[in-house]
Amino acid sequence: MKQFASFVVKEFTQVLRDGRTLFILLAIPIIQVLVLGYAIITEVNNAEIAVFDPSRDDETQAIKERFAASRYFDIARELTQSADIDAVFRSGNISMVVVFADGFAEGLKDGSGASVQLVADGTDPNRAAILTGYARGVLASWQAERMQTAGVPLRIGVDTHMLYNPQGKSAYNFVPGVLGLVLMLICTMMTSIAIVREKETGSMELLLASPMKPLCIILAKITPYFLLSVVNLLTVLAIAVFVMDVPVRGSLGWLFAASALFIVVALALGLLISSVVNSQMNAMLVSGLGMMMPILFFSGLLFPVESIPDALQWISYIIPARWFIDIARKIMIEGTGVEHFAKELGIIALMAAVLLAVAIKKFKVRLE
Amino acid sequence: MAIIQAEHLTKRYKRTVALDDLNFAVEQGELYGIIGPDGAGKTTLMRILATLLKPDAGTARMAELDVVNDYKAIRDIIGYMPGRFALYQDLTVEENLRFFASVFGTTVEENYHLVADIYRHIEPFKKRRAGRLSGGMKQKLALCCALIHKPRVLLLDEPTTGIDPVSRHELWDMLARLRQEGISVVATTPYMDEAARCDRIALMLGGRFMDVDTPQGIAARYPGHIWAVRADGMRRLAADLRSFGGTASAFSFGDAYHVTPAEGTAPGELRRHLEARGHTHISIEETQPTVEDCFMWLAKKTEDGK
Repeated sequence: MKQFASFVVKEFTQVLRDGRTLFILLAIPIIQVLVLGYAIITEVNNAEIAVFDPSRDDETQAIKERFAASRYFDIARELTQSADIDAVFRSGNISMVVVFADGFAEGLKDGSGASVQLVADGTDPNRAAILTGYARGVLASWQAERMQTAGVPLRIGVDTHMLYNPQGKSAYNFVPGVLGLVLMLICTMMTSIAIVREKETGSMELLLASPMKPLCIILAKITPYFLLSVVNLLTVLAIAVFVMDVPVRGSLGWLFAASALFIVVALALGLLISSVVNSQMNAMLVSGLGMMMPILFFSGLLFPVESIPDALQWISYIIPARWFIDIARKIMIEGTGVEHFAKELGIIALMAAVLLAVAIKKFKVRLE
Repeated sequence: MAIIQAEHLTKRYKRTVALDDLNFAVEQGELYGIIGPDGAGKTTLMRILATLLKPDAGTARMAELDVVNDYKAIRDIIGYMPGRFALYQDLTVEENLRFFASVFGTTVEENYHLVADIYRHIEPFKKRRAGRLSGGMKQKLALCCALIHKPRVLLLDEPTTGIDPVSRHELWDMLARLRQEGISVVATTPYMDEAARCDRIALMLGGRFMDVDTPQGIAARYPGHIWAVRADGMRRLAADLRSFGGTASAFSFGDAYHVTPAEGTAPGELRRHLEARGHTHISIEETQPTVEDCFMWLAKKTEDGK
């Protein structure tokens, strides 16, 4: 135990003494979350929209005027047939189409309900979410006023349809993704580099020839990085909540539990990498590129997992970040209870156990 | 009683044979030197003894423990100093010593008397980072770290390589004192002149021990005489010595050439040979064979035997 404690102290001394590394460790996550988070939040003003109105009655006219009057929207085109909707998106510029149902006014009057469909371009999910949100606001305010004058409840069904990205991933969704990316990169990279450095400088030779147990070396080696990762987790969450107004709707406790498990997965991966590569440079390449690419493409960070081809989806199953990002989204954005992410949590726990076991087993007690 | 016993120790790296069927024993409390040039297999041997490599064939036992099967127990009783500086360069002298003491489950205070002699030299710099020490001080610190847990066997891989002559001298003094503590020391070195500091030496080349004995014993085995030959124009001298029919061997040794004359050759014949080739200030002195002479002779013999 004393061995372990003094090893951890030594490891911390080294990390704290290396100012540049420490800066990278603590600042990179903040920069990443701010850049990735803000790069995608766009202010929506005078967005060009199109309208398809087969009904052409007073009611739809009034709604269209409201849209035109709003500072958010500019009606750029009136479509004459529904088949044009797709074409108008492809031509660019138009970011949303408001589609009125045929017989809108009649539907309102006879109480059977009128419906409006909002079709948005889901390739930019944040913008789409913001636009449809505003559009719902315009419809709702019109509905409220119309109810007062008519004195009868009016029913308008608003159906939002996201083209190209049916889930309509919103800006919020980036934060869990970045959280996963940051933890994975920092933990894996730092652990693998820290261990490979001992190999490179020869101190591993001394440690191996000492009575120190391999397990003790491993645990002592990953403890400081575990703690640093927790610091990263806290800073990223704090920025998300206080700077970017991303909510944590679900249980913070479960979020920490899932993050801790995910950190263990990342640390174990770092250990594994360190047992196969022999230079810090290689460790950085393998953990940097090897971890970042799959996370970017397969974890749902950039593209929704559901929209990638089946074969690639299979790959995504073995990416730990995919499951973690799922959990983080469910907790932070959807605010669901543990019953909704128990499966994902179980998968991460299993991955942590297997990877750690393999990493410990693969740890070489000799030089070859 | 032998503290280290090696039998048929063999190790290959792809095509190269690093250790070739090595047999030797190191006695308890002995200062055992392994002397050989780079590539002789010294580091491989030390790593096998330090349980860091497995031999391909043969066995090595240390204090009756097998270096492969009982590696954990051996790691408790050895102090190992690798060939290159392996301490933490970004930790201070003191931090390194404390860390390695705790790795071995002891404290600096407990065994301070063991390292006191050596540590005294570097104590004034104890707040300095190890990476900013001079070569000699680095080696002294490394030796302290390898000693701080009072090992039964100390394995030192080229402890004096790359450090100044004064520090080299001091290090060997320290090793000699350790013997009095009952610590067995195995040290490798490429420097032949260090052989005299050991109780016994092994001359190593091509993964084999060519000879093992006390330094005096080895030197005494040298067949024939040695002449130390000096003259103006040392560069030309080498070729002219070899062209002399009465030369069995000649190689550079410090500021002279060591010539082994063929049997029955008189110094006067060599002098005339050299004078005829325009050498001036010729001096030919009979000298005692050294370990280096023996090494060169054995190396040549091994080469010729192939």
